[in-house]
Amino acid sequence: MNELALLLAATLNAGTVLAIAALGLLINEKAGIVNLGAEGLMLCAAIAGFATVVHTGNDWIGFLAGAGAGALLAAIFGVLVIWLNTNQYATGLALSLFGVGFSAFAGVKYVQEKLPERSNFSIPLLSDIPLIGAALFKQHPLVYFGIALTIGIIWFLYRTRAGLVLRSVGESPESAHALGYPVRRIRLLAVAVGGAMCGLAGAYLSIVYTPLWVEGMVAGKGWIALALTTFATWRPARVLLGAYLFGGVTMLQFALQSRGVAVSEQLLSMLPYVATIVVLALISRNPTWIRVNMPASLGRPFSP
Amino acid sequence: MDETASTRRLELRHVTKRYPSVVANDDVSLCVAPGEIHAVLGENGAGKSTLMKVIYGAVKPDAGEMLFDGVPFLAKNPRDARAHGIAMVFQHFSLFETLSVAENIWLGLDKSISLNQVRESIASTAQKYGLPLEADRPVHTLSVGERQRVEIMRSLLTQPKLLILDEPTSVLTPQAVEKLFDTLKQLAASGCSILYISHKLDEIRALCTNCTVLRGGKVTGMVDPRKESNASLSRLMIGAEPPQLQHREASLGEIALSVKKLSLKSEAMFCTDLLDISFDVRAGEIVGIAGVSGNGQQELLAALSGESTRAPRGSVLLFGNDIAAKNPQARRAGGLYFVPEERLGRGAVPVHSLAMNGLLTRASDLVGSSWLKWITPKQNASLAGEVISRFNVKAGGHDAVAKSLSGGNLQKYIVGREISAKPKVLIVSQPTWGVDVGAAAQIRGELLKLRDEGCAVLVVSEELDELFELCDRMHVVAKGRLSPSIATRDASVELIGEWMSGLWEKQNA
Repeated sequence: MNELALLLAATLNAGTVLAIAALGLLINEKAGIVNLGAEGLMLCAAIAGFATVVHTGNDWIGFLAGAGAGALLAAIFGVLVIWLNTNQYATGLALSLFGVGFSAFAGVKYVQEKLPERSNFSIPLLSDIPLIGAALFKQHPLVYFGIALTIGIIWFLYRTRAGLVLRSVGESPESAHALGYPVRRIRLLAVAVGGAMCGLAGAYLSIVYTPLWVEGMVAGKGWIALALTTFATWRPARVLLGAYLFGGVTMLQFALQSRGVAVSEQLLSMLPYVATIVVLALISRNPTWIRVNMPASLGRPFSP
Repeated sequence: MDETASTRRLELRHVTKRYPSVVANDDVSLCVAPGEIHAVLGENGAGKSTLMKVIYGAVKPDAGEMLFDGVPFLAKNPRDARAHGIAMVFQHFSLFETLSVAENIWLGLDKSISLNQVRESIASTAQKYGLPLEADRPVHTLSVGERQRVEIMRSLLTQPKLLILDEPTSVLTPQAVEKLFDTLKQLAASGCSILYISHKLDEIRALCTNCTVLRGGKVTGMVDPRKESNASLSRLMIGAEPPQLQHREASLGEIALSVKKLSLKSEAMFCTDLLDISFDVRAGEIVGIAGVSGNGQQELLAALSGESTRAPRGSVLLFGNDIAAKNPQARRAGGLYFVPEERLGRGAVPVHSLAMNGLLTRASDLVGSSWLKWITPKQNASLAGEVISRFNVKAGGHDAVAKSLSGGNLQKYIVGREISAKPKVLIVSQPTWGVDVGAAAQIRGELLKLRDEGCAVLVVSEELDELFELCDRMHVVAKGRLSPSIATRDASVELIGEWMSGLWEKQNA
C-alpha cells in the first residue's frame, strides 16, 4: 500500500514538470507559434534557477529566475520569428542547440553544488488520510499550481474574451489583423508567457525534482512536452492527463526495473513514450476534433 | 449639388492616391446622403477598392480631403473608422472557421459588451432585418451566403452610419441576392448610408439611387442608375459598349469527356463529398456547371484534371478510355487540358518567367528528340512569345515574371497556353474571375472559337451571366450533387437560381 502511495506521489511530481512546460507550449501554439526551442529554454532556466537558489537560498526567487530566463529567451525567439520573419522551426532548433551549449557553459561551476535538504510540504489534516494523504497531499506547492494552472488556462482560453482573441490570432492572423487586433504583439506576449512557463518547469526540475545541476539534465522533456501538446490536440485537460500518464508510466518502469523484472531495461525505458502516444492517439483520433482544436495558422509566418 | 453640409453623410473632395506604377485614384470626388444607397461602379483595377480603403482608413490618400457628417475626418486605421460609424463588409470574409457565429461577431465589437449581450442583439437584429443566424453554430458549418450574413451582422451591430459592401453578391444565388437587397433597402430606410461596390450593372440599377462610375482611377460619371440602361452605364465604365459574342449553332461530335456515377468522399475537413455525378461533354459544345462556390466544384475539378486520382475506376472517361487513375500528364497526352481557378500558384508560378511557366503544361511539346530530352531556352521562349502575340498578352516579353502581369493578362496567357496546345477537351474554372471586361470578352471569344473548331469545353463558373453567354448546355452543382442538364436557350436565371439551392428534383418529379 505504501508503495502505491509513493508511486502515485512520484507520478504527480514527474507529471508536473511536463504539464507546466506543455501548457506553456500550448499557449504559444494557440497563438500560432511553434517553439522548438523548449528543450534549450528549459535547460537555461534550470541552471538559472539552480544558481539563484545556491546564492540566495530561496526556492521562490529561484523559480522566478527560471521563469524570467525562459521568458527572456522566448522573447528573443519571438522577436526573431514574429518581426524578422525567420523560419519558426529553424529558429527554434537553433535556440534548442544554443540552450544546451550555454547551460553547460554557465553551469560548469555548479556541477558539484548540492541544495540543502528541504522539509516536506504537507497539507494539514488531508495529508493524514491513509494512502490518499501520502499520495496526493504531501507534494510540493508547484504540483498543485500545475493543476490550478490547467483549470486557469481552460477558463482563460474558452471563457474570456482575451482567450478568444488569442485563439483567433492562431486561427487566422489575417482576419484578426483586419479586425484591428495587434497580431504581432499578441503573439509575442503568448510566446513570452509560454517561455516563462517552460522556464518554471525547468527550474522546478533542478531545484525540487532532482535537485542538482547536471549538464543536459532536462533529458528530452522539452521535446516530450512539444509532442504532448500535439497528441493532446491542444486541449489543456488532455495535456495534464497526458503528462501524468507519462510520469506514471515512467515511475512504474523504474519500480519494475528496481524489482528486477525479467524484461530488458531498454524495452522498459521505451514504455512511457509508447504508452503516452498510444493512449493520446486513441482518444484524439477524430479528424474533426483535430481540425477544430488545431490552430489553423500554426507555424505560418504573418506580416501585416 | 446645392445641399447643405448637414444633408451629406460622406463627402470626398479631390482624393488622389498614387502608387509607384499607377495612379489608383485621380481627383475623385463623391457625395453620399444619409439613407442613400450609392453605387461605385467600375471594372477591376478602376480604383474602387483603393477608394474604399481610403474611406475605411486602410490607405492614406496623397491629396484631397474627406468629410464625414460635415466634419473633416480621415480615419487613421480601420478601428478608428469603425469607431466613427464606418463599417465595411469585405469580398473575402475575415471570419474564424472554428469559432461560433456569436464569437466571431463579438471579436469585431467593443470590449465592454458581453457574449450574452451579443447573442441577444444577434437575435433581435436578425429578426429586424430578416437575417436568420444561429448564434452558436461554428462558422465552418455555414454556407457562403450564411457567412456573408455573419459579416453583415458584425457590421450592423456596430450601428454604422455608413456601410461599405465590396462586391457582396459574387457568392450568392440570385434568390439570396434578392433577400440581401431587401435587407439593404430596409437598412437604408432606417438612415444608414450604403456604399455599394460592384461591376454588375443589373444589380446597381435594381438597388441603387445614385452611382459614381470610375474608369482608370478617374470619375467618368455621376448618374442615377435607375434612369440609365446597361449600355449607357457600360459606356461610362469601359468607354465602349460591351462587346457582343458571335454564337454559332453547335455542331456536335462524339462524346469526348464522360463522367459516370462519380462519388467521392472528401479527404479534408470542410470539403464537399461528391455524390453520384454523371454527365457528358461532346466535341463541339460548351457545357457549363453553375453553382455557388464550395458546393463540390473544387473536388470535381480535381478529379477531372487529375490533381486527385482517387476517383473510382471507370468514373471518368476520355474518349471512352478510363482516366480516373491517370495523372494530369497522362490526361494531357490524351488531349485533356485544364485552366485552374487560381492563376497565381496553380495556373502559374508567380516568381517564374512566362517562358518557364510555359513548361508547366507544355513540357512534352518542348522536349528535344535526343534521349536526354533537353529543353532549350530558345524553344521555350518562342512558345511563350507565340502565346503572347496570338492572345494579345500585355507583358514585358517572355522573360516577364508571372506575378508582374495584371490578372486579365495573366489569364489570357494561361488560357492561351492551353488553347495553343490544341486540346480535344478543355476544362476551364472561372475563366474570367477578376479579369477586366475587355480581356474577359476576348477569353470568352477564344473559348467559343475553340468550340467551333470541334473541341469539347467544360466551363465551371459562379458567374451566371458568363455561363448564359458561353454555354450550349448547363448543369448546376449543389451540395456535391449535379443537376440534369438544360439547354441554355430553355433556361432562365430564376430556374438556375432555384437549382443552385439543390431544388431540381421538384421540377423533374
